[in-house]
Amino acid sequence: MSLLEIKNLHARVAAPGGRDILNGVNLTVNAGQVHAIMGKNGSGKSTLAQVLAGRETYEVTQGSVTYDGKDLLELSAEERAREGVFLAFQYPVEIPGVSTDYFLKAAVNAARKHRGQPEMDSVAFLKLIREKMALLKMDPSFMKRAINEGFSGGEKKRNEIFQMTVCDPRLALMDETDSGLDIDALKVVAAGASSLRGPDRAIIIVTHYQRILDYIQPDFVHVMLKGRIVKSGDKNLARELEERGYDFLDEGEAA
Amino acid sequence: MTQLASGKTSDHARAGAVSTQPWLTALRRAAAERFSAVGYPKPTDEDWRLTNIASISRTKFAPAPAHLDDEAAHLIRDAAFGPDAAIELVFVNGHFAPSLSQTSRSVRGLTVTTISQSLSSSPAILEQNLGRLAEITDTPFIAMNTANVHDGAVLHLARGASVEKTIHLLFVSTTGAEPTQSFPRVLIVAEENSELNLVESFVAGRGVHLTSAVTEISAGSDSRINYNRMQRGCEEGYAVTALAAKLSRGSRFIGHAATLGGNFTRNDLKIILAGEGADATINGLAILSGDQHCDNHTLLDHAAAHCPSHELYKHVLADRSTCVFRGKILVRPGAQKTDSKQSSKSLLLSDDAQMNSQPALEIYADDVKCTHGSTTGPVDEEMIFYLRSRGVGLEASRHLLTYAFAADVTRRIKAEPVRRRLEDFLAAQHGLPRDLRITDLGAHDEKAR
Repeated sequence: MSLLEIKNLHARVAAPGGRDILNGVNLTVNAGQVHAIMGKNGSGKSTLAQVLAGRETYEVTQGSVTYDGKDLLELSAEERAREGVFLAFQYPVEIPGVSTDYFLKAAVNAARKHRGQPEMDSVAFLKLIREKMALLKMDPSFMKRAINEGFSGGEKKRNEIFQMTVCDPRLALMDETDSGLDIDALKVVAAGASSLRGPDRAIIIVTHYQRILDYIQPDFVHVMLKGRIVKSGDKNLARELEERGYDFLDEGEAA
Repeated sequence: MTQLASGKTSDHARAGAVSTQPWLTALRRAAAERFSAVGYPKPTDEDWRLTNIASISRTKFAPAPAHLDDEAAHLIRDAAFGPDAAIELVFVNGHFAPSLSQTSRSVRGLTVTTISQSLSSSPAILEQNLGRLAEITDTPFIAMNTANVHDGAVLHLARGASVEKTIHLLFVSTTGAEPTQSFPRVLIVAEENSELNLVESFVAGRGVHLTSAVTEISAGSDSRINYNRMQRGCEEGYAVTALAAKLSRGSRFIGHAATLGGNFTRNDLKIILAGEGADATINGLAILSGDQHCDNHTLLDHAAAHCPSHELYKHVLADRSTCVFRGKILVRPGAQKTDSKQSSKSLLLSDDAQMNSQPALEIYADDVKCTHGSTTGPVDEEMIFYLRSRGVGLEASRHLLTYAFAADVTRRIKAEPVRRRLEDFLAAQHGLPRDLRITDLGAHDEKAR
C-alpha cells in the first residue's frame, strides 16, 4: 500500500473569488521513496506542500488525499503532524518569546501522546536534540533562543531540517529548503534530510532547482505546471530541466 | 480583626504630628484648593476622554481604616516577598503596618522611614522633594493624594550606596460594605552614584475601594534605579497611580509596570530626563479580561541633550476589556541627540475587546531621533499554523503565543520575585506548567538533568 495517494486534487485560495491553484494533481508516493517536485514560480508546487500540511488558507475543492490508509484532508494540521507529516517551511516564521527547545519538546510530546507513548523526559529529550544538533552542525545556543528570531535565512532553513530530524516524520515535505543556502549549508541540510531516508518513510522535495538533488538523490522527479503534474521521470529529468529550463514544457503544453 | 495602628511607629497615631509642619500644611492646603477648583476629570478633558470616571466621582468614599481583615491577611501572605526582599514595608489601606513589615535588616547607605518618621528625623529631605515632581497641577488625582498625605514610605540612598536586593513596598486595599479611599505616598531620593532595586506591589480585595497612589523618584547623577510596579486588581475597586521621576545627569532608570486584571486602573507615568546622558527604559504590561479597563498615560520628557529612552508597552485584552495607551514623547528645545523609541503592541483575544493606542510626539529640537510604532491584532495566524504544523494543538498554540507575547515584557525584568510572580500568573492563566520559564528554559532543563 502506498504511503501517500493524491487523486485529482483541486485547491484554491480560501477567500471569496479565490484563485484556483491546484488543478487536478495525481501522485503516488510509497514508503522508502524520495520524490522531487519541480516547477517554476507559481506552478503550485508550494501550495501542494502546504495543502498536504493542512494550511487553512487553501480550500480543497475536489479530489482526495489518502495517507497511511487515512483520509488526510479530514485531519487538522496538528493531527497530521502527530500522524507523522512534517512540513519544512519555505519561509519559517519568527516567534518571539517561545524558545525552540520548549516548542520542540511540546511538539515531540504531542506526537508521543497521540501514539499512546509516555512523555519524553528532559534527559532523553536533551540527548535527542544534542545528537540532531550535531548532525546539523548547529550551535547549542540556538535552542535557548526564540524560534527563528533574528536568524538569517540560512539559519532558519537549517533550523527547519533540525526540527524535522527531531520530529522524525514518516512523510517529510521540504518546501524550497535549498533556496538561499550556500553550498556548505546546503550539504549540511541535505545530509540532515538524508538521515531520514528509510524503508518506512518518504520525502517529498519541492524545489525550483536541481542543485539539492545532487545531495539527496530522488527516485522520482515530477514537474508541475499550472497546478498539475505534467511530466514525471527519474533524476535525469531534473538535469534536463536544469539544462533546458522550464519553458520547453510550456511549449509542449501549448502544442 | 487586628488593629494595626497601635505600634509606636504608626503614622496613623501621629496624624496630628504630620499636620504640624507648616510647609506640609501649606502643601496640603494648596492641593485641596487645587482639587476643589478643578474637581474630578471630566469626559471632555483630553487626557481622560477614553476613561470614564463617573462611577468614581459619584461615589462617596470614606477614609479607609487600618483594619486587617482575613482577606487582607491572605492577600499579604500571597504578595509578600519575605526573604526575597532586603526590606519590606506593608501598608494596609494606606496605613503603615509595622507588625507585617520587615525593617530590621540594615542596608548601608539606605534610610527607610515612614513619612511621619521622616518629618521628625530628616524633614529637609521631605520638604525639598515632596510634591516637587508629582505636581498638584499634573492630574486631579495627584492633587487629591497630596491633600490627603498622611502615610507612606520615604527612602533615602546616600551617595554611592548600592542596594542590590529588592526593597518591597506592598500596598493592600480592602473594604467592607462602605466605599473607602486611601492615598499611599512614596518618596525616593537617590543621591549621586547610588543604586536601588525597588518594587511596589498594589493588591486589592473585595469591595469598592479607591486607591490613589503617588510615587516620586529623584534620581541623582549617575544613579541607577530599577523600578517595578505590580498591580493585582480588584473586582469592584479603582486603582489610580501616578509616578513621577526626575533623572539627573548620567542616571539610568529602568521601569517595569504590570497591571494584572482589575476593574479600573489608571496609571500616569512621567519621566523627566533632566540631565545630559540620562537614560530611561519604561516597559509596561496589561492583562485584562471581563469588563476590565486600564489606561496607561506615559510621558517621556526630554529636557536635556544626549538622552536615550526606550518604551515598550504590551496589552493582552480578552472578553470585553478595554485599554488605553497614550505615550507622549516631549523633546524640549536644546534636548539635541535625543534617541527615543516607543512601541505599543496589543493582542486582542476577542472581537469585543478594545484597544486605543495613541503615540504623541512633541519635538522642539532639530537633531533628534524619535520613532514610534503601534500594532493591534489577534494572535498571528502564521505563527499558529507553524506551531500546529509541528503537532501543537490549536488552543495550546494560542495559549503559548499569548504567553510568549506577554513574556516578551516579563523576561526583561531583573527583579526575580517580580518576574516569577508575573510568569506564574501568566502560566496559570494559559494552563501552562507553573515552572515554565520560556526565557530560561535551558537552565530549567539543566536543573532537571
